[in-house]
Amino acid sequence: MTTLFINIISKKKQVLLSIVLVFVTAGVCHTFSSYVGYRVIGFILLVTVSLIAMFFDIVPVLLAAVFSALIWDFFFIPPFFTFQVGSAEDSILLLMYFVVALISGVLTFKIRQIEKIARQKEEKAKTVKLYTILFNSLSHELRTPIAAIIGATDNLQNNNERLTPQNRHDLIGEISKASFRLNRQVDNLLNMSRLEAGFIQPKKDWCDINELIYHVIERIEENTVSQKITVNINPNMPLCKLDEGMLEQVLYNLLNNAVLYTEAGTRIDVIANIHADVLELIIEDDGKGFPEEEIPYVFDKFYRLKNSAAGGTGLGLSIVKGFTEAQGGTVRLENRSTGGVRFSIEMISETSYIQNLKNE
Amino acid sequence: MSNKADILIIDDEAQIRKLLEITLESNDYLVSQAVTAKEGLIKVANHPPDLVLLDLGLPDESGHTVLQKLREWYTGPIIILSVLSSEEDIVKALDNGANDYLVKPFRTGELVARIRSALRGAHIESNTPVLNFGTLQVDLVARIVKKNNEILKLTATEYTLLSLFVKNEGKVLTHQYLLREVWGPGYINQLQYLRVFIAQLRKKIEKDPNRPEHIITESGVGYRFTSTE
Repeated sequence: MTTLFINIISKKKQVLLSIVLVFVTAGVCHTFSSYVGYRVIGFILLVTVSLIAMFFDIVPVLLAAVFSALIWDFFFIPPFFTFQVGSAEDSILLLMYFVVALISGVLTFKIRQIEKIARQKEEKAKTVKLYTILFNSLSHELRTPIAAIIGATDNLQNNNERLTPQNRHDLIGEISKASFRLNRQVDNLLNMSRLEAGFIQPKKDWCDINELIYHVIERIEENTVSQKITVNINPNMPLCKLDEGMLEQVLYNLLNNAVLYTEAGTRIDVIANIHADVLELIIEDDGKGFPEEEIPYVFDKFYRLKNSAAGGTGLGLSIVKGFTEAQGGTVRLENRSTGGVRFSIEMISETSYIQNLKNE
Repeated sequence: MSNKADILIIDDEAQIRKLLEITLESNDYLVSQAVTAKEGLIKVANHPPDLVLLDLGLPDESGHTVLQKLREWYTGPIIILSVLSSEEDIVKALDNGANDYLVKPFRTGELVARIRSALRGAHIESNTPVLNFGTLQVDLVARIVKKNNEILKLTATEYTLLSLFVKNEGKVLTHQYLLREVWGPGYINQLQYLRVFIAQLRKKIEKDPNRPEHIITESGVGYRFTSTE
């Protein structure tokens, strides 16, 4: 909270505010100075400086310390309205006041500096840990399919006479699977680095949502799909002005995920709707759903569900998020009350209802 | 005389050339190879192949330049095989005269289908009046389109669009090209017209307009017409 305060209020304002605070406190004290002794007032001012030290930067604190000491001396320590101090005892008090105020200011400042360094260290440790996780994950995702390819080809080349036709067939199948996995991973990495480099500029032009959705499904169905994909598109869907390539990648990744991580026979629904100028795309399934506590992390780079099947890249969903947001859209994930997950994408889009040009 | 089509591969990667050689020879094509742009250009000049497979990342010259040089006189189909996958690269190659563009890695089955389609397209004589594409028949002289032997009612724009497609079988036609040819130069940025008419045309000529077999979408680039045969 302390840091919050410091960050919110600029240094100039802090200086002004601390002087005002000292002034107001002194003013209030002045009204009842006839009831309490000036030494009590000294303590009240000291408390004010300590409070200022808790929230403000070093310069305003030191200023408040000096300023309050001067005020105390001038207005409250007899003789009044002069910087002279009457008794030797009061001189010692004033000196001690000054020292205590300074110490309290400097101490709180030092504590804050130490806190800051500790925080920086902690953040650095976190970054290092994250980097290690990313690096390990990446090595794993790239090396596993390469290991499969090298292993399978070694067997086919050096061990051929001892392999049954079924063995050979299986090994070739493994090579194929591994190369597609590797290809997907490289695609995702390339997309991710395009996103990270920040030169992804959406190129928006008129898209036929119907065409786009079916095109993605055809691409998905190039590989065997054991789930049932149904499509439901608003029959009055207009043309939408969006980046076709990006949107296609978003839908491909979401559908590919659904196909990779749900069991055979699962129903997958692709739904497209338009509400005024907001395009809504939903991809949902009636599979097992995501562990509720992991949902906040699934869009993070290289995050993989704790018990997810092998073969994923940990990048698919972060690309979905990146490409959706690059076009000004949002993506949300939730477990459905009836089971399974629902990904919903919403993006504002220009629309065109010129479908009825039929007799041109 | 052999009636096998011969195909020239221009690619500097030995692995890719080997893979293509095996794929093409097993599909009954004659194969010749070039490793550099210079060698490729000489081979095309000395013995023009029926089709060229061109890589864009050649060591001595950019594939785009090779494409432009080839197109100064070579009229056969050129299919680009490249690792570059951005829409800009694809559109640029198509504008420079490429017939088709496959991003590496590609499925060999897909490559063979594209080659077949491009070769078919190249053999359509300009005076062939009636073209057959599976159940679809287009009579360019009488301006009649039939599906399963029944005459389809097409609007003038739909017909212009379809005739453009069938005359360029296997060739990827970019959005801008189609808009310019069908609607005119003032319309090259009016993609909404093309989207609407493609959807209409698919409803009339395709078996399932959502899973088109003739007018194939090339995302962010354009459309390609193929035969179902």
